[in-house]
Amino acid sequence: MTNQATTSAPTGAAPAFSGIEINGSRAAVEPQPGQCLRTYLREQGNFGVKKGCDGGDCGACTVHVDGKPVHSCLYPAHRAEGKAVTTVEGLADDGGLHPMQQQFLAAQGFQCGFCTAGFLMTASTFDDEQLENLPRNLKGNLCRCTGYRAIEDAVCGVQNVDAEGIGNQRAGDNVGAPAGLGVVTGKVRYTLDVDPKSLPGLLHMKLVRSTHAHARVRSIDTTEALAVPGVCAVFTHEDAPEQRFSSAQHDHYADDPDDTRVLDDVVRHVGQRVAAVVADSVRAAEEGVRRVKVDYEILASVIDPEEAMLPQAPQIHGEKDADVSRIARPQDNVLAELHSAVGDVEEGFAQAAAVYENTFHTQRVQHASLETHASIASFDDDGRLVVRSSTQVPFLARRALCRIFGLEPDRIRVLCERVGGGFGGKQEILTEDVVTMAALALKVPVQLEFTREEQFTSATTRHPFRIKVKAGADADGKLTALQLDVLSNTGAYGNHGIGVMFHGCGESIAVYNCPNKKVDARAVFTNTVPAGAFRGYGLSQMVFAIESTMDELASRLGIEPMELRRRNIIADGDRMISTGPEPEKDVHFGSYGLDQCIDLVDDALARGRKREVEFGFVLGPEWLLGEGTALSMIDTVPPRGHISHARTRLAEGGRYELLVGTAEFGNGTTTVHAQLAATALNTSAPLITVRQSDTDLVEHDTGAFGSTGVTVAGKASLQAAEELATQLTKFAAVVTGTEGAECVLDGDGVDCDGTRISLAELYEHAKQTGTELLGRGYWGGTPRSVAFNVQGFRVAVNEQTGELQILQSVQAADAGVVMNPLQCRGQIEGGIAQALGATLYEDVVIDDAGVVQTNILRQYHLPTFADVPRSEVYFAKTNDKLGPLGAKSMSESPFNPVAPAMANAIRNATGVRFTDLPLARDKIYLGIRAYQSGKN
Amino acid sequence: MDMSTVVATEKSHDPDQWQPGDAWLAGGTVLYSYGTSTLKRLLDISYADWPALTVTEDGLDIAATCTIAELYAFPRSDQAQVDRWPALSLFRQCCDSFVASFKIWNMSTVGGNIATSLPAGPMTSLTAALDGVATILVPGGGSRELPVAELVTGDAQNGLEPSELIRSIHLPATALSEQVTFRRLSLSNLGRSGVLLIGRRRNDGGIRLTITASTKRPVQLDLRPGAGAADLVSAIDEAVPAGLYHDDIHGLPEWRRDMTYLLAEQIRAELGEGPTS
Repeated sequence: MTNQATTSAPTGAAPAFSGIEINGSRAAVEPQPGQCLRTYLREQGNFGVKKGCDGGDCGACTVHVDGKPVHSCLYPAHRAEGKAVTTVEGLADDGGLHPMQQQFLAAQGFQCGFCTAGFLMTASTFDDEQLENLPRNLKGNLCRCTGYRAIEDAVCGVQNVDAEGIGNQRAGDNVGAPAGLGVVTGKVRYTLDVDPKSLPGLLHMKLVRSTHAHARVRSIDTTEALAVPGVCAVFTHEDAPEQRFSSAQHDHYADDPDDTRVLDDVVRHVGQRVAAVVADSVRAAEEGVRRVKVDYEILASVIDPEEAMLPQAPQIHGEKDADVSRIARPQDNVLAELHSAVGDVEEGFAQAAAVYENTFHTQRVQHASLETHASIASFDDDGRLVVRSSTQVPFLARRALCRIFGLEPDRIRVLCERVGGGFGGKQEILTEDVVTMAALALKVPVQLEFTREEQFTSATTRHPFRIKVKAGADADGKLTALQLDVLSNTGAYGNHGIGVMFHGCGESIAVYNCPNKKVDARAVFTNTVPAGAFRGYGLSQMVFAIESTMDELASRLGIEPMELRRRNIIADGDRMISTGPEPEKDVHFGSYGLDQCIDLVDDALARGRKREVEFGFVLGPEWLLGEGTALSMIDTVPPRGHISHARTRLAEGGRYELLVGTAEFGNGTTTVHAQLAATALNTSAPLITVRQSDTDLVEHDTGAFGSTGVTVAGKASLQAAEELATQLTKFAAVVTGTEGAECVLDGDGVDCDGTRISLAELYEHAKQTGTELLGRGYWGGTPRSVAFNVQGFRVAVNEQTGELQILQSVQAADAGVVMNPLQCRGQIEGGIAQALGATLYEDVVIDDAGVVQTNILRQYHLPTFADVPRSEVYFAKTNDKLGPLGAKSMSESPFNPVAPAMANAIRNATGVRFTDLPLARDKIYLGIRAYQSGKN
Repeated sequence: MDMSTVVATEKSHDPDQWQPGDAWLAGGTVLYSYGTSTLKRLLDISYADWPALTVTEDGLDIAATCTIAELYAFPRSDQAQVDRWPALSLFRQCCDSFVASFKIWNMSTVGGNIATSLPAGPMTSLTAALDGVATILVPGGGSRELPVAELVTGDAQNGLEPSELIRSIHLPATALSEQVTFRRLSLSNLGRSGVLLIGRRRNDGGIRLTITASTKRPVQLDLRPGAGAADLVSAIDEAVPAGLYHDDIHGLPEWRRDMTYLLAEQIRAELGEGPTS
């Protein structure tokens, strides 16, 4: 062999492992063969290193190796031998904060914070040249929450939180998130950031997943899997409770069908769980999964929702009883349907001067929260089951687990600390049930972490809708008839399918006055990955179709689109009619700012046009210019009950403690709760410690969904704080002997007509006298108000290539009194960014066999820093009668008007009406090509 | 991600050491990204200590293990070199065509990108366009040579046997010294290339056009000096049958086809009007 001189052949005796330096300390444990640096670092206790994708796409795991930033999920751990690794925990060398960490705090360059360490470890290496080109240099870091403006501010050193001396850190102020310091130092704990030493005997679970779209499991041979060293158990449908349930979680479990088992003997989509392997390591569990042999009887399957409704279609839940399972027509694959008529649409169309009719399609979209689904089931000292989970709904998860496993509520605790993004995806139990089953059987802690691929193939998506619209308006632009035929694809299971269909057909229609409205809607099963709750909950799909239709009517009638909307929108006090003759009984105009929002967007777009004229336009003639708008309405609380309890108490040292049930996943509610309590207690938010999302803390909380973190949970917190304020002033008067005097809370004490007592002293007095100083708050989620969003875009479309440039993005929001302007702006910017992804790129593609093709982030383009424009955000000035201190919801809704505003802008630019999402450049180009060849 | 089937990692770049179940480990950014359910052993070639970039009279030799970061930094270091070889301007343009960010470039290698053989592999685009020839180490201690444009044969397909290993890519000085131009389109800003075309004005006034990303494999075609738009169209018609346009989530084949013609014509117009030498 000629090459041997240059080849170092493998030798028998490898030299001793010399260790890896991590943040200045030497780690002596040798990595496993094939191990990546990310898992190695986490095993060494560096929980600041996050897994977003594990495939090099998201950058959440960025660390420095010998000073160079790398994605540790791709870095072969063995190559780090002898090198120095720095993680976020070691970024600041003196135990303080690195300047970039300070900047992320000052700008609040994060929401859920799961991506933050990766951004810090990337941006902290930038030289001046790199700072000049952030789109290029930050494209390897994905943030799903912020829309990147706040991150740009952070990297550039902009201060967004109120500087010292500005504001009072109360409602209305730009208060930073209480968890901020923990987020930027990597110390805040997400679901799996738990020292395994605190969970003795911890086992790891991996799931065997179906390779067929529809099949009956004849048998499962676990022999070989059980023979793998380290494998402890394999669970199959034979071990699973018979009780069916829905992975969807609502305050009433009966809102969703009982169609799911922990492990079923029928699989209804590719990727469904078939068996669960539990082992002492992930490595052994994965090997066990590969060795489980499943014998399937393949059944006929149906992937397309239209075909699923044909008479001969394979029955997906055909064996189920409609009443027991709460499926409308199981033999017809129909989960739910809605048929309503208000007035007479035929008469309305006869009166119309213009009628527009078209069919719209919205696609599957994945939430792509950076933290994947994960949970750990363990036992506390009393033998009580403790489930630590990445969930938006800890209390509902507990109730579901009780129902499935026949447990009493006092025998189970469910909690989360910080959740790495949700967007509706975690209003679902997808891991909690199966780890509970294993932990109960094995009596040891069991952990399950989804891979990014599992998020795509086996979690949930937005419901794809097919929407046929027919709408008519008279010559003045007044709507005469609106007719909708809606088909929602719920996938293999009915989780959220019913609610999404009804909600979608609610506010999207009710926002317009029209005497004749007809709706036919169906949610149908197919053998595909289940759809679930997704930001907007059906509205984003329907608003796309309806707002596109309004734009077409305007064009046909020669009326400006915004003017057409002004002539048809509900005014304050109008009856909000959607699918019934009467409005929803408990939905009121707590405030009304839709008119303001329309004007704000109109004015901003006019300023944009003017700027363009003044500064000259530099694009070539192949760039077509256009402008588009859309509006949306949302109820500030979901229907059918949404409950929150809160408690506020005075704690040692004179601090306040606020206990709430709702979860924090980057929505910023913790900050607002502290602000609300601070306002009621006449103090500042940093003096309030918020503890949350733990079934041990309060009686019940429906959870963090439906944009209720402020409107429901916040209302409970405010009430609790108000009650405590009353107790404190009364007690202070007693203690200071000034009963009858005017006692006022003044930050960290109570002033009783000149006699002052500090809160710390008051706490001691209460302790000594056994006085309970505890405010309790409760809100039941009704009555409800309405919030509004209006989006405007100005775009340039290259007719030769389909390229799209967003010249201006504007959103106006009616959020009532804005509790925290910096956070609320962030919610809106994040909503716009996520919606731009769903408008322009994102599509969970499923092939004819039911297999998800887009199973990694490189095949599912999430908007990067380079894709998202800076948006102008405006707030209507309203004060809501129903929300806490005048506030309304503003979490989901900024997403909803974005897609139609963009489609309308592209229509305005090109003449082409795009009816199917997403509007990628290739489709835009081909649409223009077809349109222009049709014209010629 | 962890590759839990792997039981050993060896430092080796000897094809005779390869056995079924082995994979060559270069930067690791592909293997560790996709993971595996079959591989047993990784043969880590990064320890070979091959010099990343070697300038000779004949041109430039790029080691398979040269990282993208090293390649990106290269033309900067020597202005005389940049002046002598105008085609070095492509290095940065091609590096910036990675959907992956500069951080990945600290690990990813030129050889690894070519061996992965994705249609949008920008190192395939770069080296194919500059008539790069790969030296491939083969079992038995020898080596063979293959132009990169022929090495990559389809979407994730190439002419390498599993035991074979790219040692280096040679870019000839003639190609490096010619005038070049670059065009690229993607469905998203700074995203994965949907079409990537590189044109080179030959010393005789003709144009060599290299089509990548829009086609499943690199396609090279030559235009005679003074060729017009119609000549270009028929040359592409002939070189790229309809089925060769790539179809995946990063661009519909029809769009890729039309963009290929559009960008190719821009290149022809730009290079065709250059000074004749």
